Amino acid sequence: MMPVWLTEREHATLVAACTRLIPADEDGPGAGMLGAPEYIDTLLGAFSFDPPRIWAGGPVSGRHGGPPGAFARFHRLNRLDELAWRTRIEGSQGLPERERNGPVVGLQERYRRGIEALGHDFAESPTEVQDDRLRRHQEFTDLLYRHTCEAVYGPPEYGGNLGGAGWRTIGFDGDVQPRGWSDAEVSGP
Amino acid sequence: MTLDAVVVGSGPGGAAAADVLTRAGWSIVVVEKGRNHLLDPEDLSRPATDFSNDEVKFLQRHFLGPDPLLEPRSFRTGVEDGDRLVVGDVNSVPSTVGGGGTHADGKVPRFREEDFRLLSTFGPQAGADVRDWPISYDELEPYYAEAERSIGVAGTAGANPFASWRSGGYPMPPGAPMYLATISAPAAERLGYHPYPAPTAANSVAYDGRPACNNCGFCSFFGCPIHAKGDPVALLTRVMATGRAELWAETFVSRIRWSGRRARGVDVIGPDGVERSVDARHVVVAGGAVETPRLLLLSGLEHDLIGRHLMVHFQTIAAGVLPVRLHGQRGRSVTHVHDDAIVGDQRAAAAAAEAGLPWIRGGMVEHGTPALPIMEAVLYPWGERHRQLMRDSPYRERLAALIMQGEDLAAPTNRVDLDPHVKDVRGFPVARVTYRGGRHELVASDHHGANLGAILGEMGAERISISTSPGVSARGGMSLAPESRHVMGTARMGDDPSTSVVDRWSRVHALDNVVIADSSVFVTSAGYGPTLTLVALAARAAAHLAGTELSPTGPEVSPGPG
Repeated sequence: MMPVWLTEREHATLVAACTRLIPADEDGPGAGMLGAPEYIDTLLGAFSFDPPRIWAGGPVSGRHGGPPGAFARFHRLNRLDELAWRTRIEGSQGLPERERNGPVVGLQERYRRGIEALGHDFAESPTEVQDDRLRRHQEFTDLLYRHTCEAVYGPPEYGGNLGGAGWRTIGFDGDVQPRGWSDAEVSGP
Repeated sequence: MTLDAVVVGSGPGGAAAADVLTRAGWSIVVVEKGRNHLLDPEDLSRPATDFSNDEVKFLQRHFLGPDPLLEPRSFRTGVEDGDRLVVGDVNSVPSTVGGGGTHADGKVPRFREEDFRLLSTFGPQAGADVRDWPISYDELEPYYAEAERSIGVAGTAGANPFASWRSGGYPMPPGAPMYLATISAPAAERLGYHPYPAPTAANSVAYDGRPACNNCGFCSFFGCPIHAKGDPVALLTRVMATGRAELWAETFVSRIRWSGRRARGVDVIGPDGVERSVDARHVVVAGGAVETPRLLLLSGLEHDLIGRHLMVHFQTIAAGVLPVRLHGQRGRSVTHVHDDAIVGDQRAAAAAAEAGLPWIRGGMVEHGTPALPIMEAVLYPWGERHRQLMRDSPYRERLAALIMQGEDLAAPTNRVDLDPHVKDVRGFPVARVTYRGGRHELVASDHHGANLGAILGEMGAERISISTSPGVSARGGMSLAPESRHVMGTARMGDDPSTSVVDRWSRVHALDNVVIADSSVFVTSAGYGPTLTLVALAARAAAHLAGTELSPTGPEVSPGPG
């Protein structure tokens, strides 16, 4: 699938970078193949969708009973929600209503600059070089790592955690409504 | 038509007041600045379906609000920090229909008798403003019992040897203990402590038309997808079913309009951003202990005590890693607690004496375990070790935590006021929190923290660490804002208008028809979560306002086990 906000080149850099942050092992693929770049692309391009892909719906996903599809119906944003999330994603861009307490650098700009700083040849570089560059750009890597964790261990409806594989690699059941857990499962070893 | 009352805030306090007022036949509007994700927009007397087991939505994306970009607060530890140290999320409680009730895991203990007469029981402390409440536990007890019925509380009467007296049993028996508690409670008992099932507003059985909790595990920080939690959903659905209330969500109250000794109504800014005036015979303020003093200050009330004596709970967190997996993602976030650190013993008295203090009191100790994977993953380093750590899971699967909600003594320098520069999205000054724990809190934390560590040792935990929130450096300096969402005391209750903001009926001394229905009115913080106490006080204040008697509403209480 084509990215909605990233360029294909930027997407390729994120596939490689996310895979260094959470690498593949015998239990599963790395974060780059688990949807982390797609999660980030969906957040950066959230306003390409209607409703914007900020808050997944409820109450159940269908993965543990109940009708499927509710998580995929994203919540509508109100006027102020949209202002907050556009500011967070797009930056304040000199608009007075987004700069009441000063300018805000948006996630889009942080990603565009951060990916550029990792180098045009990042995806093709040896892993030691990739790790070294990630370490040298710590502020961006901290941001990328947080989003990678959200992607791999959050609900798949946000674009990451493909087919729940991120949860499976760590033995986590994810959302469990409406099944829940029995009292015996809660209290026993 | 002039409304009988406008209720500012739809959290547990505002909902409890609204419930009493509508049952008394009053026509009211409940105004809430956050969104409505709690009630069905097609029929506000029914619960909504917006909540879900979604760690991204609730913990990473401010679904329950407030969004710190829209409604920040500022923080400093004292005037020597200058105007502020940080701007952002400071002690924020959800800004949404249902307020703080939506995100809690529902531990709702009562205070103890002596919490209402702290000064006469224990005496003063240098540097703190220790006082008695103008009301007693005995006066509040019927309202505690009613609050437990109306929101639905599960517990075992008699299980806690230090509990205050009760006029009856709990409406429900306690729910299933988490696996951790089956290890921590016996260990605590072996060391002489008295753990018991936490009184919890989560249904252990079907109750009042809502289902039993199915132990999904997404409890603290999450709205309940099946409405098994005793958040204000039970109160608010009942309020809306009377037909005498409107709910105005996404509506900000910018000012109480008043002249002389009476409020005339409030100014509001609705979802369209347009400001207008609403007339009302009475105003009930329930914004929480940070937003309520902010509104009083924005309204031009000038009592010097407004915003002062902010109390949080000074949290002491002991954590250790167990060899066994605890699967803390199943069930509620905490099922057992003990009160020994509140009651104290000879060792606590000796620790106080050694520090030159007359006495120390700790707080309720929660036996809990964290359980969610994003929360865990960001704590581990990235790279080749990441996934192995996630599988071994010393944090999510094996960490045992004992968290003490330490009593915080009131101090006039700990306060809420208006930030001189930072504004919210609507252009109004935000609340600034100035807070630093006092010597009592630090000494109590040191003493009881060591005891918590010993319990973890008895449980077989390794890598035991003890920390506090706010953090304290080796040199005794305080870190940034405390994590506690328990905020209290900023419009203190008392009989003397020169030393308190509201009277014994929670009515603002200076305004005859304005009542405060949240934890702002607390005189002491106790070592217990504030929710049940603020619900009881809100219902009592509203009953007095409407001139009605307390009338039981909840389902019949059977004499439960124990």
